[in-house]
Amino acid sequence: MEVYLDNSATTRVFPEVAELMTKIMCVDYGNPSSLHRKGMEAEQYLTYAKQTFAKLMKVDEKEIYFTSGGTESDNMAIMGCAMANNRRGKHLITTQVEHPAVLNTMRHMESIGYRVTYLPVNSYGQVSLEELQRQMRQDTILVSIMHTNNEVGALQPVEEAGALIKRMNPNTLFHVDAVQGFGKAKIYPKRMNIDLMSASGHKIHAPKGIGLLYVGDKVKIHPIVHGGGQQRNLRSGTDNVPGAAGMAKAAELLFAHYEEDVKRLYECKRYFMQEIRKLEGVQINGLIPGKSDGEGTAPHIVSVSFKGVRSEVLLHALEEDNIYVSAGSACAARKPQPSQTLKAMGMEGTLLESTIRFSFSVYTTREEIDYTLRALYDKIPMLRKYTRR
Amino acid sequence: MFTSFLIKYAEIGVKGKNRYLFEDALVHQIKYALKKCEGDFLVHKSQGRIYVEAAGEFDYEDTVAQLEKVFGISGICPVVSVEDEGFEKLCETVVAYIADVYPDRNKTFKVHSRRARKNYPKESMEVNADLGEVILRAYPEMSVDVHDPDILLNIEIREKIHIYSKVIPGPGGMPVGTGGKAMLLLSGGIDSPVAGYMIAKRGVKLDAVYFHAPPYTSDRAKQKVVDLARIVSRYTGPIYLHVISFTDIQLYIYEKCPHEELTIIMRRYMMRIAEHIAKETGCLGLITGESIGQVASQTMNSLIATNEVCELPVYRPLIGFDKQEIVEVANKIGTFETSILPYEDCCTTFVAKHPVTKPNVKFIRRHEHNLDEKIDELVRIALETDELIIVEET
Repeated sequence: MEVYLDNSATTRVFPEVAELMTKIMCVDYGNPSSLHRKGMEAEQYLTYAKQTFAKLMKVDEKEIYFTSGGTESDNMAIMGCAMANNRRGKHLITTQVEHPAVLNTMRHMESIGYRVTYLPVNSYGQVSLEELQRQMRQDTILVSIMHTNNEVGALQPVEEAGALIKRMNPNTLFHVDAVQGFGKAKIYPKRMNIDLMSASGHKIHAPKGIGLLYVGDKVKIHPIVHGGGQQRNLRSGTDNVPGAAGMAKAAELLFAHYEEDVKRLYECKRYFMQEIRKLEGVQINGLIPGKSDGEGTAPHIVSVSFKGVRSEVLLHALEEDNIYVSAGSACAARKPQPSQTLKAMGMEGTLLESTIRFSFSVYTTREEIDYTLRALYDKIPMLRKYTRR
Repeated sequence: MFTSFLIKYAEIGVKGKNRYLFEDALVHQIKYALKKCEGDFLVHKSQGRIYVEAAGEFDYEDTVAQLEKVFGISGICPVVSVEDEGFEKLCETVVAYIADVYPDRNKTFKVHSRRARKNYPKESMEVNADLGEVILRAYPEMSVDVHDPDILLNIEIREKIHIYSKVIPGPGGMPVGTGGKAMLLLSGGIDSPVAGYMIAKRGVKLDAVYFHAPPYTSDRAKQKVVDLARIVSRYTGPIYLHVISFTDIQLYIYEKCPHEELTIIMRRYMMRIAEHIAKETGCLGLITGESIGQVASQTMNSLIATNEVCELPVYRPLIGFDKQEIVEVANKIGTFETSILPYEDCCTTFVAKHPVTKPNVKFIRRHEHNLDEKIDELVRIALETDELIIVEET
């Protein structure tokens, strides 16, 4: 049996998505910018994609921009807005637990003369609204807060943050990195005072290389990619028609059974947490105190620290049974350095190196979870026996 | 412009009656290296020299880069070959050659011609003098120095006329295969690829063994070792890489032996296994990247302990090298970048906080008896499950 529990790193593409994209690549392969029929056919796929997201997010189709992925969306939102609004101020706010796509863009902004405030989080990974309120200033041009933390699954109070930001300073823009949250939660930018929102295709069963950025129609933003003027001159480059249509198709399929899927994911998560607690020396990260069933956290991410077991070794031990998980997060796993998120949550040295992330998808079955639990019951005691002395 | 290369070799020249064996091996290695280049090449021995002639179009930079990796070559001379169309035509060619090869002509030179074809109308001395005059007239900034010239311009008059002056240094050493075969213990670190390179340079063909310890070492760590072997194989030709699953042996030692001695005992078993494969595959020695005092298992006392389990000689070419010196070679041969990728190898997984630096061989032997019950069986299984990967740069 192969059990893929690394869906926060990437997901399997839905067959319907692959099918649609194959058709677009092999038959309807025109360039939407071409004047002929072949171009128009391609353009219709793009329109379909924009309309799909507009409907799902309850926004206007003119506010949807396709990018090469979550990283570009985050870069575009932060750099584009900072540049377009720098006469109003040079202060940006974000959190200490953002994805590197936001964190490193913010560090770049610091290097070119902006000031950035990194909000701390509490022991379960949530940012404090009081702290946000304290840090807001007249010259704060953008606040960027992620929707769902990719390492522990903590949900940020984006709705409350949006209201707070607009109350404090109506000119301050609010960007939400929803790469992990999109498809797992209903996010309506207009109701939540969100001005910009990033999402990524390959986290929702579409391929890598496609993402989107919602940009509210009143938002002042400059392009960071220049060229032929596609996408209302905000994001040049020949439109990725198969990517955009594929991502739209995936979102459509995902939202078709949204309620039951999310319910099932929470059930999976609850069951997994309950069973994994039967092991000794296990700590589940990011749970809100008093809500040990995972209420108020993402439905698909469980972060577990196994005392006395190195996460990399456990990862490879599970791999021997064809179970695929992540040590920390995939983006952090290639560089053996402790996770910034877990550190910001106040985790201590040895546990930092003993943390595994399990992330589920609509494909995850109860049987797979049982198989994984059996492997863990089997391997954890063995691995604890052989540790560095 | 250049159409062929004259290959200079250093030590082979003094090998007496075996000389042809070394030359043939060198020709073979050159042919092998040039397979990776665009173009067809004729490699042949003639009058005590090796020539590489390109038949038609070829990529000059690529070809030189490949030749620079062939052990046994001490120098590569790019040659311009022209038909004999009279002395005046030759003068024009030589003047043009100098303009092409030496943009800065503020140099001294000497013409050195040889006349293999004795019916050529001018004698060598005459050719030297006349060509010298032509060059001086064309480039007044140049001057003649017959004792220590900056440019030694060689003119060889054979069927065709060959002109060369530049010598690109080769790697030296001896052609791979002329020195037999040895088994390299390849770990994925900086040292072992360099050790393999240095022994291969003396004409030794390499096999290699890697000890894999899943789940403590990952597939990426194994891939890294394959990648390193591939880089070394650019110089040595195909490498037979044996991957030995070492986890069970390692855990058994961990269970039964004092922790401070874990690394030493583990290394003793690695040497034993490597030697076993070496003997079966016709290797005449083992190669390690050890350097005195670099880590606890490489002190002279530790080396006594790891050395005594082998009958075959263990070659340790880096034994007197500092880390920085090793890094320099690793950079030169192109293994450094890969070596420093951060994947754990099996030697560091369980390393004790304070491993013994002066192990007492008697104690080590006694503690190894703790393993008597199962170790032979575990070693046998490890040898039986040996995974062989043939690594070659294509």
